[in-house]
Amino acid sequence: MKYIDEYRDPEGVRKYAAALKGITTRPWTLMEVCGGQTHAIVKFGIDQLLPEQINLVHGPGCPVCVTPLEIINKAVEIAARPGVIFCSFGDMLRVPGTERDLFSVKAAGGDVRIVYSPTDAVNLARKHPDREVVFFAVGFETTAPANAMAVYQAAREGLTNFSILVSHVMVPPAMEAVLSSPDNRVQGFLAAGHVCTVMGFDEYPPIAERYHVPIVVTGFEPLDILQGVYMCVKQLEEGRAEVENQYARSVRREGNPPAMEMIERVFTVIHRKWRGIGEIPDSGLGLKPEYTAYDAEQKFDVAGATAEESTECISGLILQGLKKPPDCPAFGIRCTPEKPLGATMVSSEGACAAYYRYRNRHG
Amino acid sequence: MQRTCPIPISDYPVVTLAHGGGGRLMRMLIEKMFGAAFSNPLLDRMHDSASLTLPGGPTAFTTDSFVVRPLAFPGGNIGELAVYGTVNDLLMAGAEPRYLSCGMILEEGLPMEELWTIVTAMREAADRAGVSIVTGDTKVVDRGKGDGVYINTSGIGSIPAGRSVGPDRIAPGDAVIVNGDLGRHGIAIMAVREGLEFESEITSDCAPLHREVDALFKAGIDVHCMRDCTRGGLASSVIELAGQSGRGIRLDEAVMPVREDVRGACEMLGLDPMYVANEGRFVLFVPGGEADRACECIKAHGPEDAIPVVIGHVEDNTSGEVTLRSRIGADRLLDLLSGEQLPRIC
Repeated sequence: MKYIDEYRDPEGVRKYAAALKGITTRPWTLMEVCGGQTHAIVKFGIDQLLPEQINLVHGPGCPVCVTPLEIINKAVEIAARPGVIFCSFGDMLRVPGTERDLFSVKAAGGDVRIVYSPTDAVNLARKHPDREVVFFAVGFETTAPANAMAVYQAAREGLTNFSILVSHVMVPPAMEAVLSSPDNRVQGFLAAGHVCTVMGFDEYPPIAERYHVPIVVTGFEPLDILQGVYMCVKQLEEGRAEVENQYARSVRREGNPPAMEMIERVFTVIHRKWRGIGEIPDSGLGLKPEYTAYDAEQKFDVAGATAEESTECISGLILQGLKKPPDCPAFGIRCTPEKPLGATMVSSEGACAAYYRYRNRHG
Repeated sequence: MQRTCPIPISDYPVVTLAHGGGGRLMRMLIEKMFGAAFSNPLLDRMHDSASLTLPGGPTAFTTDSFVVRPLAFPGGNIGELAVYGTVNDLLMAGAEPRYLSCGMILEEGLPMEELWTIVTAMREAADRAGVSIVTGDTKVVDRGKGDGVYINTSGIGSIPAGRSVGPDRIAPGDAVIVNGDLGRHGIAIMAVREGLEFESEITSDCAPLHREVDALFKAGIDVHCMRDCTRGGLASSVIELAGQSGRGIRLDEAVMPVREDVRGACEMLGLDPMYVANEGRFVLFVPGGEADRACECIKAHGPEDAIPVVIGHVEDNTSGEVTLRSRIGADRLLDLLSGEQLPRIC
């Protein structure tokens, strides 16, 4: 398959792994930001091919993982109301709230549907004017433009039975939160390629400069990731801290301006709580005042029972790259994808779930 | 067999609750619809049970229920699935399939024409696989309580003397073979269900496996174990067998046969084709030295579009786990999923 096979070529992988070995003289700790990259690293076994001195830690870029428990509880509460059609991407349905997940709501008679795009939810609202259609707007800057577009379209058509439950978060503030932690070990970043496809990478040079870390915008295939690691290590070995673009076949410096305009038109930057990490200032998106009619939280006035996370779970430390899944005593024993204790085990893109699925169970 | 629906549209264009009520309408449905389609001397006696004379010796017995939505999809419909599913289950046990039962749960309002299409497809499927449908049952449920038709089929087959096929026979050095490309049925269903459009239509691999399985035994190949790769895909079947046999199994991702269009659809939806459902694929364990001959047999007798591939081997350990050599040459564990694969956010 074009644009896929050439980036999974074993010969190319071998060459890059050898080149990387050639330039590595010291231990380095790098963080891949995006959950999709973590997934690829563990699935393809890319970390097994790296020189021993290179330590990859897994970042906070899994949208399912960082969605706070309170928001899941709100989703469950809204979805259970009679007359509501609750739409979501598939992987949010299995995330447990305090009491239950969206699958259980569906089983109990709630109308919960998996959609592939927020515009599918808008279509449902058009088709069922007597029902309230709610879309669970989760994700980073990658899903924000389409979600913004759905609200914009609904507003333009005057649909009054459509709303979104927003839990949008943004990558650069999370990277800064990791870097400014007193325990930070991260010396270089593989930035999330798809986020940069939308947003470009103008936000990164100030971060690279302030914290003196190289940032390499990186794709998701094995060769992308190896090349990203190579570019990052090369900078570190040469004492540079610049922003470079490995994923040039998808990412332009200026990003995707129409997509960014759509985000700006509908959303505004707000403080957001991240599951496992806590509140990060100016790290999320919420609907602008002129679109509050499309805000499901306001429309349904849900309390969203605040919830205590398991005290045993170390997902906050994992999301900040301070620990790895096998470091947790509960991993694979008291915490599994069927009975997750916390954020990083619930989603298929979470670091703990990836280790559980592809690695030895007990670390 | 007649080709038009035997229950005239003017009388009863759709299934009504009365068609499951045990009265005249039900008898009419059974006689005109099922009786007409499945007709054979054993069924035609229309007793509560079919009286069979089983050949002496070991017998295989299995059952399976079919609840697919939509009822028809590119490459097949629920009727064919219901016959081939049970036939294939018998074959996997080393049996020669002989008789099937057919339990129909119909939803009030189902168009008779649609039911007839399913019933004739079942008859044709049974003929193709060399089995007779010799007994059955019909229930009708209220509108909204079913997805049109649910079908349960049970099947009986005889196991030739001396034949032993099962997980306990899986041995170190066995070759692991799959009989064709993976993931087509699951993607075909998903495409219809979700309204996804691809450049070319992806059709289900739905098919009976009796020809190739029969050919393997006729060729004298020492078949250790077989399992069909339906729900949960190839990966789930192999993982199950590793657990049941207590043997370590090693698979090679780079040789997995997946068609370009199916791979593309899987990439787009974030699905792993090794976990996507098939309806005409099975995984076969034979001694390593007989792998080439087994592949030739399948190629010669299986459907034209199914090319067998050796995808791995059984290791000399008792881990009971499946290790996958990834496309780029690193190893990872292959594990069962918690439930169905779910399309990802991004």
